[in-house]
Amino acid sequence: MELIERILMEWKSLFYPHFRPHHKNLEEPERKKKKEKRKKTRLCSSNNLGTKSKTNLGSHSESLMAQQLQNLPDVLIIKPPPAFISFESDFTQKFKILRAWKSPLPLDQFLTKHAQSVQALLCRAVTPVNADLLQLLPALKLVVTVSTGANHVDKAECRRRGIAVANAGNAYSEDVADIAVGLFIDVNRRISAADWYVRRGLWSSKGDYPLSSKIGGKRVGIVGLGSIGYEVAKRLEAFGCKISYNSRSERPSLSYPFYSNVCELAANNDALIICCALTDQTRHMINKEVLSALGKDGVIVNIGRGAIIDEKELVKCLVNGEIRGAGLDVFENEPHIPKDLVAMDNVVLSPHKSVYTLESFKRGSEVMIANLEAFFSNKPLITPAYG
Amino acid sequence: MADDDHSELPTVLVLRRCPFIALLEPKCSQKFNLLKAWDSPLPQDRFLTTHARSVQALLSSGNGPPITAQILQLLPSLKLVVTNSTGLDHVDLAECRRRGIAVANAAKVFAEDVADTAVGLFIDVMRKISASNRYVRGGLWACRGDYPLGSKIGGKKVGIVGLGSIGLEVAKRLEAFGCSVSYNSRSEKPSLSYQFYSNVCELAADSDALIICCGLTEETHHMINKEVLSALGREGVIVNVGRGAIIDEKEMVECLVRGEIGGAGLDVFENEPNVPKELFSLDNVVLSPHQAIVTHEAFVDLGELVTGNLEAFFSNKPLLSLAVIN
Repeated sequence: MELIERILMEWKSLFYPHFRPHHKNLEEPERKKKKEKRKKTRLCSSNNLGTKSKTNLGSHSESLMAQQLQNLPDVLIIKPPPAFISFESDFTQKFKILRAWKSPLPLDQFLTKHAQSVQALLCRAVTPVNADLLQLLPALKLVVTVSTGANHVDKAECRRRGIAVANAGNAYSEDVADIAVGLFIDVNRRISAADWYVRRGLWSSKGDYPLSSKIGGKRVGIVGLGSIGYEVAKRLEAFGCKISYNSRSERPSLSYPFYSNVCELAANNDALIICCALTDQTRHMINKEVLSALGKDGVIVNIGRGAIIDEKELVKCLVNGEIRGAGLDVFENEPHIPKDLVAMDNVVLSPHKSVYTLESFKRGSEVMIANLEAFFSNKPLITPAYG
Repeated sequence: MADDDHSELPTVLVLRRCPFIALLEPKCSQKFNLLKAWDSPLPQDRFLTTHARSVQALLSSGNGPPITAQILQLLPSLKLVVTNSTGLDHVDLAECRRRGIAVANAAKVFAEDVADTAVGLFIDVMRKISASNRYVRGGLWACRGDYPLGSKIGGKKVGIVGLGSIGLEVAKRLEAFGCSVSYNSRSEKPSLSYQFYSNVCELAADSDALIICCGLTEETHHMINKEVLSALGREGVIVNVGRGAIIDEKEMVECLVRGEIGGAGLDVFENEPNVPKELFSLDNVVLSPHQAIVTHEAFVDLGELVTGNLEAFFSNKPLLSLAVIN
């Protein structure tokens, strides 16, 4: 009862009294329609959809809304991505959202009861999409992750089950690049550390803050020259930095020097900016050897995934002064960060928020919706996640 | 205190100790006799009258003391003031001109570093980098969850106040982020494609952010006032790497406290090193202790420029970065 009341409350706020039918969604293939009807009946019988609720909806509006609910394809969400929360109505106009997080049932029971015919899952980066989960979703054919990184999705298992995977593509590239550059400037010019110095009253009592390091002329090695890495390169060039990169493959159309080996890249640069995805190949790729090659004047910035860097090793290097500083938006065990980093002035910490602007959320939502629509219309995905 | 009259090296007067002078000293003292007013037990006026009457060159710091008419009066032989700053608001330029004293500044040595600070502060305010850094350090990510959204930088309209060498470097950088740049300056620069506004208030009204890169003069004193801040608006951001007094600081603080502008990144203040305490509790403000120029590399370049200017002067050669013609 509680679940159906919540659904009706949300529908009331969306449609009543400005109700209008969604003709587009009525063009689904017959078999999908039948599946929807079957599922809806199951929902009806378990949740009494269609009976008068305490929300004082007229029975006419209720049945119209129920009809609409019936015609929209199901999309399962286990934990709502922040972008979904910001732009929920964009989704609910086109899809019927199964809100697992709102159910009092434990997840496996909810899925067994309500998601057996669900074909599409919309997930965030913190939701591991593994064999255990997929086992509970026998009809699943699509996973759409709100993130650019898809390392939390067991791609082999998806492939085995014939499940397509879509990610955010390059929806966030500019905003992520802005954070990468912001962290890079901050570590070199000690902006956060000096801000804290001033806030504690030390400028008046202790005097000037120590010298920092010029940005222009720095040699910056970008690890992973995809769309994010490219945006980072473009920005840093305007500051007079010299760009080189390591990537899965060389990009001959770009003039930046390519290093096939990340250790050599580190040895020949003053800074590394990690922009690549987390895969089996890149896990702990930035290890003791690479950090030593970067050297005690070197700076590292990570906006990829925490596990690309051997975090324990990184902390040791920072504690021992074996590298000069770090700007980190991602960590191996978020939201927990190594305690040693808290006291360090030469480290800037960011709570995995490189995509946290309203514009990125909007863009991300558009990409997710486009992928879902493509799937339900039997069209190719807009941003399939490969590898 | 060494009697400068007997030294073989040309004498350069320095009034006050500062980090820059300390860094410069090893190199400078090989070529010049540094006459350090602060080393003397005598009060400054007495010291100058006693020891500095034949001094021709004065090395001044942007941090003070101001080179006033009163000081210049005590230096009848002075022909050159070299300052370590780009800004000249601490030098009585009219009096220098009257006395035929050349003034050399830091010219474009700092332009890049200052621009980097300006853009760094701008990104920080927009994307809340310092604030979320404090959030994580305070253990709040683990217990309170995600930090609030920041603002996208790309597509923002940024108004640069003062399109000199620093302003141009700022513009170049911001274009790479996808910002659209317009400006207000003493005069229009027709060779540039950025949109010019003759009125800083109109610039503010049409911009999402203002970046103050101009010098402090009588005209620019408190130029950023209540009217300009209102025009900038609730979502507007201001960054200042010029001089504190270009902004009516009291008014700006009130606007920030009341939420009438969106945020600020400040490297300079009206009464350094004192910063209005109300700003300490604001998360949408980034505070910088006038360190836009304070990189190792800038100091090396500046040291070379200052030394170069002094050498040129004492060899009767043209100054490297003449700011005021004598």
